[in-house]
Amino acid sequence: MSATAPVLETQDLTIRFGGHVAVNKVTCAFLPGTLTAIVGPNGAGKTTYFNLISGQLAASAGKVLLHGRDITNLPASARTQRGLGRAFQLTNLFPNLSVFENIRLAVQARARAGLSLLALWTDRSDVMHAASVILERVRLADKRETIVGTLPHGDQRKLEIALLIALEPDVFMFDEPTAGMSVDEVPNVLEIIGELKRDASKTILLVEHKLDVVRSLAGRIIVLHNGTLVADGEPAEVMASAIVREAYLGQEFEDA
Amino acid sequence: MLARILSGDTPRSPILTVALLVILFVLTLAPFLFSGAQPLNVAAKICVFILLVASYDLLLGYTGIVSFAHTMFFGIGGYGAAIALSRLGPSWSALALGIFIAIAVAGMVALVIGLFSLRVRAIFFAMITLAVATAFLVLASQLSGFTGGEDGLNYSVPEILRPSFRLFEQPIFGTAVNGRIVTYYIVFFAALFGFLLLLRVVNSPFGSVLQAIRENEFRAEALGYPVVVYRSIASVVSTMMAALAGVLLALWLRYTGPDTTLSFSIMIDVLLMVVIGGMGTLYGAAIGATLMIIAENYLPALMGKLGEAAAGIPLVSSFLSADRWLLWLGILFILSVYFFPTGIVGKLRTLWQDRKSKATQKRDGGTTGEAI
Repeated sequence: MSATAPVLETQDLTIRFGGHVAVNKVTCAFLPGTLTAIVGPNGAGKTTYFNLISGQLAASAGKVLLHGRDITNLPASARTQRGLGRAFQLTNLFPNLSVFENIRLAVQARARAGLSLLALWTDRSDVMHAASVILERVRLADKRETIVGTLPHGDQRKLEIALLIALEPDVFMFDEPTAGMSVDEVPNVLEIIGELKRDASKTILLVEHKLDVVRSLAGRIIVLHNGTLVADGEPAEVMASAIVREAYLGQEFEDA
Repeated sequence: MLARILSGDTPRSPILTVALLVILFVLTLAPFLFSGAQPLNVAAKICVFILLVASYDLLLGYTGIVSFAHTMFFGIGGYGAAIALSRLGPSWSALALGIFIAIAVAGMVALVIGLFSLRVRAIFFAMITLAVATAFLVLASQLSGFTGGEDGLNYSVPEILRPSFRLFEQPIFGTAVNGRIVTYYIVFFAALFGFLLLLRVVNSPFGSVLQAIRENEFRAEALGYPVVVYRSIASVVSTMMAALAGVLLALWLRYTGPDTTLSFSIMIDVLLMVVIGGMGTLYGAAIGATLMIIAENYLPALMGKLGEAAAGIPLVSSFLSADRWLLWLGILFILSVYFFPTGIVGKLRTLWQDRKSKATQKRDGGTTGEAI
């Protein structure tokens, strides 16, 4: 199994905002079939690290490799086309379009059907069908025609995940997928992520604050602090590590 | 079949359907419904502007691009046909060459502007288009050897399109079918075809991406759509249609000058038509263009009549004089934007939607009542 090549790698990945180094020389490789949780206190650079990987921010130094290819200088759209999928922490949807149209846009991106200027949607039953399947899967079928801006927060979070699933990426990046969800909605989301995890070809990155979620899902935890990678290993090992406990996560661990 | 022609984008409001059918009916039969040059002139202008405004709505309403250079592309179309016809003589091949060059130039200019500047923020893009359009206007009035300068160009059209030409020996429904009527139908069918083509584009998978970019550019990029490429293609399609509209106007007027195609007052008219009709719906373009052109042509006369009627009343009569029509148009515009921010089409659709959902509620309420 050690022969498995990493799908995603970062090498000395760094970004500076003026004098502040938000992500500092993070080197890390992510293997398929593993769910890696990225934890750390607020402001540790977790979301910034995500933004560097998925291309929303340009790195000051270092490299991002996807399937062994350097993608550091590619725009976000090109990275997504190469198999990197990202869901956002703050809900980031198309507010005046319907739930179905939102999902269809993601399916369409994966099907490379964006540039057909003269086709009708009725000619693309493949895309329409795939979008309906995902709509069922995230349990939003009854809200198919609802305008997204009017959806409750929890449903918007579900839709955010639906868009990521619809892209069928090789690498799934979840940024606090359960943030702001009511307690009864969380299991549904965890179930969806758990299903993805069972597919051994998928690589999953998860930024999450809730430690019970991390414990139940993650096969590996990396800890960021002040932009630096300070711990990396199996959940039990990392959570037991004295540095992590005392310096960064102590408070949260005691609560949990 | 009909749904396919309309690309599945039905009017979704009975009042709107009726209004659109009336416009289509009157425009189809305009040469036989009215006599005299003025009504046919208005009808031809409505056809041209429906196409021009619809092409602008692809940019503004669907993609969220604010451009002030749309009349420049309208002008490229007009001057393309005009220069070809005046230089090469009134032949069909000259006209075809003019159309081809005009549309190709419009597309290329749009592509260059798009790729260079559609990555900047919307407000900067608007400024850039304003600068380019101003430069083009100055250029067109300065290069008088080529464009006729401020005077513009007068030229002849192919023989079949001249007023002296008769298509049939006998008049049809009491109207002699002359070259002007032939020209009218070329304008009408070209505009109709262009409109249906745009309707197809906005309802295609490509059109969905444009709306996604308008809604959330950042997320569209994250889903894997290169935003600059999509915006540039939208801009090219839109400007090629604007150039086609320019060609049609050039054919109809047999004159092309800065005032008929390039001037900023036309740009403002186009903006008003899109906003009044309803942004982000091509039917809005049809409604907006029709209302505005009719108002521009008949409001002054109506005001004149009212002014005469009110001649005895001192202050009122001066407000009602024919010269004040622009004031009243302005008031109408402010009122319509205030009361229908989503335009006439948006308002009509919401009204119908509300009515339908109320009817459903009533029905559902009734059945539950019985069940209990």
